[in-house]
Amino acid sequence: MSGTYLGLPAFPQAARLSTRDEQLRANLRHATHTIRAKRATAIAELSDWPELRAAGTAIKDHTLHHLDHYLEQLETAVTAAGGTVHWAIDADDANRIVTDLIHATGETEVVKVKSMATQEIGLNEALAEAGINAYETDLAELIVQLGNDRPSHILVPAIHKNRTEIRDIFHTHMAAWGRPAPDDLTDEPRDLAEAARLHLREKFLRAKVAVSGANFMIAETGTMVVLESEGNGRMCLTLPETLISVVGIEKTIPTWRDLEVFLQTLPRSSTAERMNPYTTTWTGTTHGDGPRTFHLVLLDNGRTDTLADTTGRQTLRCIRCSACLNVCPVYERAGGHAYGSPYPGPIGAILTPQLRGTTTALDASLPYASTLCGACYDVCPVAIDIPEVLVHLRERIAQGGPTTRHGTKATIKPAKGHATERAAMRAAAWTLDHPAAWTATQRLATRTRALHPRRVPGRTASAWTATRDLPTVPARTFRDWWQHREPDPKDSQQ
Amino acid sequence: MTANTSRDEVLRRVRQALGDRPGSTPDPGTIPRTYLTTHADRTPEQSADLLADNLADYRAHVHRTHAAGLPATIAHLLADHGTRNAVVPPGVPADWLSATAGVEIHHDHGELTARTLDTVDTVITGCALAIAETGTIVLDTSPDQGRRILTLVPDHHICVVNTPDQVVDSLPQALPRLTPAHPLTWISGPSATSDIELDRVEGVHGPRTLDVILVGPPSGPR
Amino acid sequence: MRVALFVTCVNDLLYPDTGRAVVTLLERLGVDVDFPTAQTCCGQPQFNTGYRHQTEPLVHRYAAAFDGYDYIVTPSGSCAAMVRENYPRIARRATTEGRDNGLTRAAATTAPRTYELTEFLVDILGVTDVGAYFPHTVTYHPSCHGLRTLGLRDRPRRLLQAVRGLELRELPGAEECCGFGGTFAVKNPHVSTAMGHDKIHNALTTGAPILCGADNSCLMHIDGLLRRHHTPLRTVHLADILASTEEHPYTAPEKTGNLR
Repeated sequence: MSGTYLGLPAFPQAARLSTRDEQLRANLRHATHTIRAKRATAIAELSDWPELRAAGTAIKDHTLHHLDHYLEQLETAVTAAGGTVHWAIDADDANRIVTDLIHATGETEVVKVKSMATQEIGLNEALAEAGINAYETDLAELIVQLGNDRPSHILVPAIHKNRTEIRDIFHTHMAAWGRPAPDDLTDEPRDLAEAARLHLREKFLRAKVAVSGANFMIAETGTMVVLESEGNGRMCLTLPETLISVVGIEKTIPTWRDLEVFLQTLPRSSTAERMNPYTTTWTGTTHGDGPRTFHLVLLDNGRTDTLADTTGRQTLRCIRCSACLNVCPVYERAGGHAYGSPYPGPIGAILTPQLRGTTTALDASLPYASTLCGACYDVCPVAIDIPEVLVHLRERIAQGGPTTRHGTKATIKPAKGHATERAAMRAAAWTLDHPAAWTATQRLATRTRALHPRRVPGRTASAWTATRDLPTVPARTFRDWWQHREPDPKDSQQ
Repeated sequence: MTANTSRDEVLRRVRQALGDRPGSTPDPGTIPRTYLTTHADRTPEQSADLLADNLADYRAHVHRTHAAGLPATIAHLLADHGTRNAVVPPGVPADWLSATAGVEIHHDHGELTARTLDTVDTVITGCALAIAETGTIVLDTSPDQGRRILTLVPDHHICVVNTPDQVVDSLPQALPRLTPAHPLTWISGPSATSDIELDRVEGVHGPRTLDVILVGPPSGPR
Repeated sequence: MRVALFVTCVNDLLYPDTGRAVVTLLERLGVDVDFPTAQTCCGQPQFNTGYRHQTEPLVHRYAAAFDGYDYIVTPSGSCAAMVRENYPRIARRATTEGRDNGLTRAAATTAPRTYELTEFLVDILGVTDVGAYFPHTVTYHPSCHGLRTLGLRDRPRRLLQAVRGLELRELPGAEECCGFGGTFAVKNPHVSTAMGHDKIHNALTTGAPILCGADNSCLMHIDGLLRRHHTPLRTVHLADILASTEEHPYTAPEKTGNLR
């Protein structure tokens, strides 16, 4: 993935700072609780939500099980409709393809629709190196880009910023990118949106090339689908002469009809609306309407490695709604940046380590960034059992095992950092499988209880006792009491 | 990598990854579609009412009239908006505009540029259909709707929906009536953003004002 | 009906009173309850931390310890969820790795017989009024695995509402995790603590002096925060409340504070 995320600290260290940032926690709490409540209302309107969820899950599973078939069908349909299909194995491959396509147009600037896939591959940075300016046009992405910041949420990437911070960013940075912000700009959202409208309109009107992602690609028809709210998507998908869409291969769905499921589940899970303001669908090119040239770049970048894992595979069902972020108690306190990737929250904790591998301290810490409370699984519109995948990835890190990297099967070794834990787990498992040893351990704990301090040394123990007292060990274990209790149950008062 | 090797390699990786699958012939018939086709039984009038309610809920302005009242309604909306010039696609019936004296009308035949349209106040179109349960109108670039750019650049969109013919209840009813080969624009209320503190603001890039006129049959004026 | 108590390792060592309360309660309801001493731990800490292989002997141990009982009752939603949800999963994975070793049978014979306490009371014994008396105001925190994995829904609250003298106050944000999460509490201590403090804050807004739960591991985390800050709120396991009667009222365990 992108160099933007190289060298970031592991999740616990980043989250430690976030939990101390009162402003950030207030922003996140407000945002996640607001949208969480709205989503629940939107879902409650549909009495057949469980059936829609089951159908969406089945469609995605079916597609993934036959992904080779549907990708070839998609390629044929897009080509027949006047588009050109490219295949990219990884980020470098995709960035090179897009750069070459833009160079061929002779242009040095592009407008962009918010796209997770292009963030994942670090396209903007790659284009900048090639002398091409990429302008983000989604309001939140614009805020992030102007502020030289990183997105912190899939749906609302600038949610960590409040209105005053956004006003300051516009004031300070808009002029360097184009039309400056008005001098008397207030921090009212309406005024800020107006400033963005004026700033971006000149870019839309002169743009010759646009780069987008897509929410869905329909194999049978070659149709691309983009859902959005602001109209910046329509601008990019309609006005330029050349459109380049970079889309993960897992965004394929088989048939036009399948949209009837996802156009019900995605908006309600994402923005908590019955339907988002704008959805654009296009199939290749249309004479006299919209771009004359359409390129589709199909992106692997770790997706086939994810597909090879029969437990982790379900991650590829994800439709990027971000409902899991908004119910996640860990995301709410840690914030999106702590996840060190464009994919924060529960889905990021399972997607990033599968796409990037678990070789860095950050990526190896992500599967542990969860209490396994299960709120994410409950709201997921395609029923990704995120806790199941988290535990599965923890096993890969702690114990190693078979995996697939860059299309090659490999057996990875247990992570070094977990050696002490591994030894402790092995010892505990042995003790617990030998009741006499377990009883002896318990007896030792109860007999020495008077000596137990409230705070104890050692990294793991002090992680508990820095903020919490240890429980007091009682004088007798339960089994001790049971073995010595009076035979008549009536006497067994507490 | 060269183009062909990347393609072959991705497909090779997919097939290797799916080494565990039992068969390789896709059968989409196995997908359970036990969800509802519509979420209630409605009369055509109830569907039109629901469409109106849901459009209004997402801040579109909804107006009800019948065929004879349509020109006056359009003229009234143009005047209210302070429209000096408007654009229409080639297939808009002439009588829709029969009361718009004083407003300069551009008829698009594919030549108007984005910069020209940026100076136009209003666009007036029909639609392919409307979906009651979601409060959505769908445009499919038919002659009464025109190129996508027409309904995008001007800041005010007046969209005419014929009821009951163009109204369906639900998404499962809408998709079979649409042609995927046509570029489609699905519109549910005006342009909006919630990117700043989740505070909803209408209007960023698309039309900030959306007027939807529901035209009832001649016998049923509203 | 042969009923076995699975007390759980946490309760056995740290919260024996909860185990005694379950025995008292079930015997009061006419259930002959046994405690097979071969039991130790369900393996949840190992499994959830990524040590699936270390969990397998404990699956066998659990199956052997509870062989022959009609019902296995445990005062822990997350341990019940471990057996019901993850034992079959562990068996499936072992099978795909070509070394079942009887795990499938062990999982299949234990998962359907394992009940969390409130499920056993409401669904099997068919009682919601267990004859308890507890003259205090209480708020209830539903732990995540009981709430979502087992789907306990309103069973615990129905049981509490039937307790004489008890006033139940709704906990704001009840369905949010308390931040324990097993090894999460030490691997991500800052987020864990922040979540725990928010849970305590919500509990304090109810004005109830007692926070009741059905999982002592979550209560251990919350109680640890409370005691560090000398916060005037006590955690009490649901079983302790249900076991309490006028004749034998609940008494707080030593050193963790007094109710009256």
